[in-house]
Amino acid sequence: MAELLVKGGFVIDPTRRIDGDVMDVAIKDGKIVEKVGPGAKVIDAKGKVVMAGGVDVHAHVAGPKVNVGRLFRPEDKLFKSPNAQKNYRMEMGFSIPSTFKTGYDYARMGYSFVMEAAMPPLHSPHVHEEIHDTPIIDEAALPVFANNWFVLEYLKNGEIENSAAYVAWLITATKGYGIKLVNPGGTAAWAWGLNCLTLQDPVPYFDITPAEIITGLIKTNEYLGLPHSMHIHQNNLGNPGNYEVTLESLKLAEGYKAKNKFGREQVMHSTHIQFHSYGGDGWANFESKAKEVMDYVNTQKNITVDLGCVTLDETTTMTADGPFEHHLNGLNHLKWANVDVELETAAGVVPYVYDKDIKVCGIQWAIGLELGLYAKDPMRTFITTDHPNAGPFTRYPRIIKWLMSKKAREATLDTFKHKDKVIDATNIHGIDTERTLYEIAQMTRAGPAKALGFSRMFGGLAPGMDADVAVFDLNYKSMPSDPEKIEQAFQRASWFIKSGEIVVKNGDIASHGNKRTIWVNAKVKENPQVMRDIHEKFLKDYTVGILNYPVHDYLAPHPLVIDVDVEA
Amino acid sequence: MPTITLKPYKTPELMLECYNITPDVFAGKKPEEIAELEIREGKTRVKLGDFFEASGSSGMTAAETDIHIAGDCTRVKYIGNKMTAGSITVDGNADMYVGGWMKGGKIHVKGNVHSFCGIAMEGGEILVDGNAENYVGCAYRGDWRGMRGGTIRIKGNAGNDIGTFMLGGTIIIENNAFIHVSTHAEGGTVIIKGDVQGRVGGQMVKGDIYVFGNIQYMLPGFKQVDKVEKEVDGEKATFLHYIGDLGERHPKSKGKEIYANLYVKA
Repeated sequence: MAELLVKGGFVIDPTRRIDGDVMDVAIKDGKIVEKVGPGAKVIDAKGKVVMAGGVDVHAHVAGPKVNVGRLFRPEDKLFKSPNAQKNYRMEMGFSIPSTFKTGYDYARMGYSFVMEAAMPPLHSPHVHEEIHDTPIIDEAALPVFANNWFVLEYLKNGEIENSAAYVAWLITATKGYGIKLVNPGGTAAWAWGLNCLTLQDPVPYFDITPAEIITGLIKTNEYLGLPHSMHIHQNNLGNPGNYEVTLESLKLAEGYKAKNKFGREQVMHSTHIQFHSYGGDGWANFESKAKEVMDYVNTQKNITVDLGCVTLDETTTMTADGPFEHHLNGLNHLKWANVDVELETAAGVVPYVYDKDIKVCGIQWAIGLELGLYAKDPMRTFITTDHPNAGPFTRYPRIIKWLMSKKAREATLDTFKHKDKVIDATNIHGIDTERTLYEIAQMTRAGPAKALGFSRMFGGLAPGMDADVAVFDLNYKSMPSDPEKIEQAFQRASWFIKSGEIVVKNGDIASHGNKRTIWVNAKVKENPQVMRDIHEKFLKDYTVGILNYPVHDYLAPHPLVIDVDVEA
Repeated sequence: MPTITLKPYKTPELMLECYNITPDVFAGKKPEEIAELEIREGKTRVKLGDFFEASGSSGMTAAETDIHIAGDCTRVKYIGNKMTAGSITVDGNADMYVGGWMKGGKIHVKGNVHSFCGIAMEGGEILVDGNAENYVGCAYRGDWRGMRGGTIRIKGNAGNDIGTFMLGGTIIIENNAFIHVSTHAEGGTVIIKGDVQGRVGGQMVKGDIYVFGNIQYMLPGFKQVDKVEKEVDGEKATFLHYIGDLGERHPKSKGKEIYANLYVKA
């Protein structure tokens, strides 16, 4: 592979505490190296910012519910799908872009990895087919566990070892990456038309509480020593006053310590925390509790969070939190899709318009940003939109702009119809913090890479790491006074090199790159009881045979397998 | 008003997608420039001048520009797409999407139109002397935001799915219609001077429908509440007043539920 030299840029690499030093980045054979020969192709980054490729810890970009969104929202493509380009594939859609547009858009923003945040295990072959169909970026997927019959039964009996054996089997069978929880217990209760809105609401039939599921899966995760921590979408999402449940769930992580060989320090990743930081007891006195939630997160080193910022767009909500989507449909009366995934989970999809002239939407917008501004440790607080739930991932540059510029926040606030009411219900107007480029690199690169347990590959520019290098047209020494320029720079990278290959040049796609699927091969000591349980359930309860269940190798033809061996 | 005349001189092999035939695009352009505008034949990029001979002159703004298509447009889609002002006259038939997403101005088709005439229209006026196929003044596939304003008048018959998800504006069918009128509508008015086969007002939340002829199969979700005399589109008549669709959600105003109204000539 050719040698490359990214020359003379302002390098920002929090993994080595480099903040804007003018340096060269040398690349050979897909890795970053100390130096290259004189024949290397030189990329002039003079006067520009150089960062590692972005790492997205949580987005819904592949799989059945994304596809349901695409199918039932043809209007998402209307007038938003440019005609076919010369060398590359047609791009379609806005909030639920086609697989090709997904890959292209991430690459244009200089992102090298995205985590598909909720894989229904039964439908994992579909998830992997779509992942394979998405060009350029590396991807992994988190299978959902918190409403899975096996897990509920093992955890009810306190059988962590059995739970771990099952989880390891399932992660390996579905080529998954870690443990995802979505509305623990609530989605299982939804099969009875119920929900679990507090941590003590028992799940019907299984007679286990969300609190028991959460701690049980923290223990399972640390028993296995997986690269990522348990990754939770908490109970009572999106409801006024839910911050109390949020704090209660976060506190469940107290006393647990990360046990793994991947450099991960947290035991709980609490996702799209914006949706869980609401005060008030109804929509009329709905208010921000971002400070209360972030104050706690700041004190707890074993918790990471991502923001889930509302971007004020028309978007498509989709989640394995089935009861929530039903509730949302009752609020906005738009389309609703709902599905049960036998023995495992459920999902719902509803379009949603975050209208800047609706008070609640304005408050939600403010809460997401407040969380990002109150965070004391940017290495534990990551930028997301819970794509596409709070907005499409293509708005990350806009969130960066808001976090980096009070002027930009005030300009957006000024466009609100209920500006004063939003200011009353939030703290955003009084916050003067402006994030630096270094902190943005922590929140989008070094931080999430560490939390996902692959900081030896992604998130930095040290020799030996993957050669994912993004060059942005921003002058570190004289940042533009117009915040729009920040957004523009992050929207379309001047250059993006992925695995040592130039994939974006002047904001345009230059190559389909070398996409990889990252999955965890988890091995535990043979557990005859769990294997018997699995075979029995496939005979008795599943409508598919066990041989048709796993994701075969041909569905992930470019794998990067991370081995986890509990015995070793 | 300055008029640009387009004379069709060649029949395309595939349908032409002419997003560019609007007063907004033509305004301030000379006929030579108009002939150079890009259109598509299927997926192939072609020029307007490959199929039409342009002559005359345009105004400085859309409002001052009139377009006269002196011939048949049976294979031409998207005439007047998103237009905001000015006028278009088609001497013959037109294909799908006449006046789609139109915001203002006037379109007169002297022949028939195909489907999706006035789709997601916001304002302006469409007059069709002949018949319309399906989806007159409907919403885009999947969208819950249909026609919001303006007037569509079809002098002949219309097919199915008239005013789906309609929010405002008026659709007048002077002859008969087939099925599915104002499905899911939350506003607007549909007037049918002839007969309709059925499925009138299914899942309708708000809005009005007037039928001067006969509804062959009435939906069970509508209930007669009154008999009223009304003047509709210049005609006075006595109507049976139904409300519905009782199977659908209905918003409340001042503590009272608001229903959609269906008036059928007594």
